[in-house]
Amino acid sequence: MRVGTRWLASPALGFIAFMVGGPMVVIVWYSLRTRGPGGVGVGDGLTVDAYERLVVTEDFAGNVGFDSTYLEVMWSSILLAAATMLVALAVGFPTAVWISNRPRHLQPLLVLAVTIPFWTSILVRTYAWIVILRETGPLASGFDAVGIDLPRMLNTRGATLVGMVYTFLPFMVLPIYAAAERFDHRIAEAGLDLGATPAVVLRKIVWPSVRPGVVAGCLLVFIPAIGAFLQPELLGGGRSLMIANLIQQQFGASRNWPFGSALAILLLVVVTVVLVVARRAAREARVVLS
Amino acid sequence: MTGQADTRRYPGIGPAARLAFAFLYAPLAVVVAYSFNSGPIVSRWEGFSLVWYREVLERSDVRDAVWVSLRVAVAASAAGTALALLAALGIVAMVRRGSPLAVGFLSTPLLVPEIVTAVGTLSFFVLLDFERGMTTLVLAHTAFCIPFALLPIRARLAELDPAVFEAASDLGASGFRLFRRVTLPLLVPGIVSGALLAFIISLDDYLISAFVAGPTSTTLPIFLFGLIRRGASPLINAVSTLLLLVTVAVLTASYITGKWRKPK
Repeated sequence: MRVGTRWLASPALGFIAFMVGGPMVVIVWYSLRTRGPGGVGVGDGLTVDAYERLVVTEDFAGNVGFDSTYLEVMWSSILLAAATMLVALAVGFPTAVWISNRPRHLQPLLVLAVTIPFWTSILVRTYAWIVILRETGPLASGFDAVGIDLPRMLNTRGATLVGMVYTFLPFMVLPIYAAAERFDHRIAEAGLDLGATPAVVLRKIVWPSVRPGVVAGCLLVFIPAIGAFLQPELLGGGRSLMIANLIQQQFGASRNWPFGSALAILLLVVVTVVLVVARRAAREARVVLS
Repeated sequence: MTGQADTRRYPGIGPAARLAFAFLYAPLAVVVAYSFNSGPIVSRWEGFSLVWYREVLERSDVRDAVWVSLRVAVAASAAGTALALLAALGIVAMVRRGSPLAVGFLSTPLLVPEIVTAVGTLSFFVLLDFERGMTTLVLAHTAFCIPFALLPIRARLAELDPAVFEAASDLGASGFRLFRRVTLPLLVPGIVSGALLAFIISLDDYLISAFVAGPTSTTLPIFLFGLIRRGASPLINAVSTLLLLVTVAVLTASYITGKWRKPK
């Protein structure tokens, strides 16, 4: 079906090239510059200082040594994203399968019910957990009323994790649902009729059919979770500095744009590596998403 | 077959799913509930009142932020949807290998971590010597509106019967007339739904906006973030509830246009 020429796509392609390509080129360029006057912007000189700073530190005596501080921040962001993905999978998988087994006419409504929190402002959703987890919040006072003294919840890593799972859960549910909904239960029934045990049916028939959905869900949670900013910022307090917060600080209070750019490139490289490693998985995922 | 081995009923899945829904909605319910608290401390209930909503309406800083956000969201979602519409039509006309590449390229704003886009766009604007304000906000928002608007428009285009276009061109319609009289009307549900999604995404964005906004163009999320930083307050709950209301209204509208496009 032709309703126009392919050149109609060029304004959008050009705009994205300008607004995504431009910034990418500029941060590579900025990461190779000296610090700007007063720490805002960049200076005129060219240097690889920003990249050196990622891995080495220099003490007062001028001794240079390996410093893993910043790489550890990157690593803990990856771990937090992995933890978010696993918890979201544990909660999201049964939810998605349950929705796919509801009567046909109810399913779109249940999907909408998962979608509404997904479209709700992340700021509002994160704030909700501040209200719930704070010392005078409904959770603490509820337990207090029955004589249980809860430990501090807000400004902990646990709070960050809860906020992240809450934010990314719909990304997990929707693709798994899309795969589970297409599953033909008659095939499973046939397997049972032919003498397979329910466990075997689950492993050999049900699981391979929903696996692409699970893979897609895991990627859709893991990738944005690595660069999450608001949840660590507002729920983790100073206790869970993640890579996104570190980058934001370099462009803000720490006033070191070249270093911030180098960190942004590190994050971009990590995300790209995850995508490449998961490429086979992503190919399966595309089948579900398209 | 035996009842105990029904593949649709796994033990424990129903309760787990209901818990998950409770987990999704309880926090939102808490925010909404405390927005009606008459007292100044969020989670100490002192009785029902609309006093915080009156405060929202009366405060000029809230009003200014809402106004900035609305203008940015309208401009960015309109521009993003127009670009996405043209792109969707162009992608259909592409040769086999070109279209997935073009779709992938237009989706890059979703793949790049938001913080990287935020600092990159800031640096880009600084390098180009663009003054930060409404224009930079709209430019940055338009970029991530495109992939969100593209999705429903492409879905709608795929649903259409090619025979309609063949008939129209057999009857002599071509070029712009074909577009205005045939293509555009048929695509309206996809366009509306795409524009609405782009609108909420723009309205809700915090991180990119925080980097590219100027001192006089504080959007609602930037304003809200500042308030949250100073501690929870029922005023934030009231603003959040209103924002939630807008999201639900826009989504419902998008859902209805989607329904109306399906069966025929």
